[in-house]
Amino acid sequence: MTTLSDPTQESFRLSMLLNDTRYRSITFQAIALILLVAAIWYLMSNLFANLEEQGLNISYSFLGSTAGYDINQTLIPYSSQSTNLRAAFVGVLNTLLVAVLACVMATIFGVIAGVLRLSNNWLVRKLMAVYVEIFRNIPVLIWILIIYFIMTAAMPAPSAFRGDEPAASMILGSFAFTNRGVYIPSPVLEPGWMIVVATFVASIIGIVAYRRYSTKLLYDTGRLLPRFWPSVAIFFIPTLLVFFLMGRPISLDYPALAGFNFRGGLQIGAPLIALWFALSIYTGAFIAENVRAGIQAVSRGQSEAAAALGLRPGRIMNLVVLPQALRVIIPPLISQYLNITKNSSLAILVGYADITATLGGITLNQTGRAIECVLLLMLFYLTISLIISLILNVYNSAVRLRER
Amino acid sequence: MKQSVFFGALTGAVLVGGIAGAATLDDVKARGKLNCGVTTGLVGFAAPDANGNWEGFDVAVCRAVAAAVLGDPNAVEFVPTTGKTRFTALASGEIDMLARNTTWTFSRDTDLKFDFVGINYYDGQGFIVPKALGVTSAKDLDGATVCIQTGTTTELNLADYFRANNISYEPVPIETNAEGQQQYLAGACDAYTTDASGLAATRATFETPSDHVILPEIISKEPLGPLVRHGDNDWGDIVMWTLNALIAAEEYGVTSANVEELSAAAGDNPEVNRLLGTEDNLGAMIGLDATWAKDAIAAGGNYGEIFEKNIGESTPIGLARGLNAQWTEGGLLYAPPFR
Ligand SMILES: N[C@@H](CCC(=O)N[C@@H](CS)C(=O)NCC(=O)O)C(=O)O
Repeated sequence: MTTLSDPTQESFRLSMLLNDTRYRSITFQAIALILLVAAIWYLMSNLFANLEEQGLNISYSFLGSTAGYDINQTLIPYSSQSTNLRAAFVGVLNTLLVAVLACVMATIFGVIAGVLRLSNNWLVRKLMAVYVEIFRNIPVLIWILIIYFIMTAAMPAPSAFRGDEPAASMILGSFAFTNRGVYIPSPVLEPGWMIVVATFVASIIGIVAYRRYSTKLLYDTGRLLPRFWPSVAIFFIPTLLVFFLMGRPISLDYPALAGFNFRGGLQIGAPLIALWFALSIYTGAFIAENVRAGIQAVSRGQSEAAAALGLRPGRIMNLVVLPQALRVIIPPLISQYLNITKNSSLAILVGYADITATLGGITLNQTGRAIECVLLLMLFYLTISLIISLILNVYNSAVRLRER
Repeated sequence: MKQSVFFGALTGAVLVGGIAGAATLDDVKARGKLNCGVTTGLVGFAAPDANGNWEGFDVAVCRAVAAAVLGDPNAVEFVPTTGKTRFTALASGEIDMLARNTTWTFSRDTDLKFDFVGINYYDGQGFIVPKALGVTSAKDLDGATVCIQTGTTTELNLADYFRANNISYEPVPIETNAEGQQQYLAGACDAYTTDASGLAATRATFETPSDHVILPEIISKEPLGPLVRHGDNDWGDIVMWTLNALIAAEEYGVTSANVEELSAAAGDNPEVNRLLGTEDNLGAMIGLDATWAKDAIAAGGNYGEIFEKNIGESTPIGLARGLNAQWTEGGLLYAPPFR
């Protein structure tokens, strides 16, 4: 502002700050900036003054003290004797778990619904429109609650599996659907399991290599090798062979009712399922619209030209339309993934122990360190969001149309 | 640059106004209403009745303070708080006092910068289970799923108890008592744990209370009482002595029925005279009217009356006085002398 009111500029009058279009925008920007700085300064000094008045200080030492509470889903070893920091990590991992699961599932839902919305079948098209409109227009919070309440109310309690004539029974003897979650068999790894897994990975690489080779052979010599059956063979035979040779080092642990709950197997808790599905279905509806818009952005001439060259509809979609549509789809997809991550903080509604529930909930409450915890939460979500956009931006520039 | 100076001055002015004054008593008097934090709904302790009037054992403490300070037991704004929001509400000045079956603990009193001013209910943590489970002791709960309200002492006690007994459990964290009740009844958890008084109050609202048992183990000490912000001792004194007045009134036989008569003129019990302001003026010492205690007692009766009406044996909740009897009756209630 000092430079503006510089007296050496002869023809400058103060009223020009408002009336002269050359200066007007600068004036307003300067005013906005001053207001912003003043607002931040006011809030910060208010905060510190209030903290001082209440004799509180900012300290992060609580992170090292015992948490004292238990958590129902822990991906790393944790007990009530662990520190608050570890509890926060448990929360971070739970947040990442549900965010990744929901991003994958939402993309699947979204792509299917988006493509089907453009189907030639009237019924399918309308059904997908109904899906998109219903899920998009009801807040995700409500969806989380609805799915959770349906699960807890409609599914049998573990006690229903008890007795000689139980009211409920396990599906195929290995899957149990209860109101506390779904129990599925989990793999038990014994020495030698790594060799089996390595063989499996090698077979997959083998399949890819074989397919490349057959394509090359086709182009070079015109000979067409069978592709399907050899692939299937490579997929199963070596792995099964090694599996039995090593004395079956991988077995399944089946869940079984013991006491109050199922024990053994893998438990996918009701809170995780509710959160996962609600986020996926809700965000999937948005992604469906992105996908539809992306596909429609590819001009009809492209698919008509492809059809004229004799490509089948599936191939037109895969080889011509989708690669071009991706350019339009990915930028909004980034923001959908960010939304999923941020919306996962609603986890506390159904008692899912994400970072907001552990660090921002129980730890905050038990230690009373609200400002510290909230600052850490902000830092966490900011970092994760920036990482997600970074990754997708890199991917986006990889699939971008290269102007030549 | 003039502008920045102006804004600086403006923010400075707003800032001064923005900081909550330390004198809660003045604030309450100026507002003409007491902001009192209570539960989101726990029948018997604090819950709105069919007409939306808050009622209960904790609510009565709020009303007594409002009567003592403002002369009107209805001059209260009840602010429902959850286990998680209650301390923020008090620290931020949204409420003047908290009466929400809150346990007096060291860290809450010191680190969180609050002052507990007394104990209005001596409690302990218990478990409730469906009778059909056939569980008779908390030690049988190995592997059980337990509903637990987050942000409470009971959450920490639960972890300690199961660890000490070397048994496992799976916690289902919930926000409010209502949510806990719903989850428990839906079978999403095998047991629900909280203060035993809260369990009794919750069970009383079940369709068939007799299908559920409260296990005999009491796993902790939960002295519940009202609290205020640390630092405003004048306000803390008022809440503390209002509670003491209710307790002393029971000890000396002052009830809502006879308080008008007893306070009309000095009687032959000097302690009662001082309490009711017919002798000396204790009220003036804490910045209140001479009739402050009389007003507080008239609001809902003495401690015993409040207990019987809201949670006593004649109510569906049916709690016995137990530890909460007067010291003369073998309980722990003991109000310091009024002199
Ligand atoms: N006394 C414990 C627990 C207090 C508590 O949360 N009690 C429950 C049940 S007794 C309650 O009042 N719930 C009412 C609500 O959810 O608002 C504490 O201070 O941490």
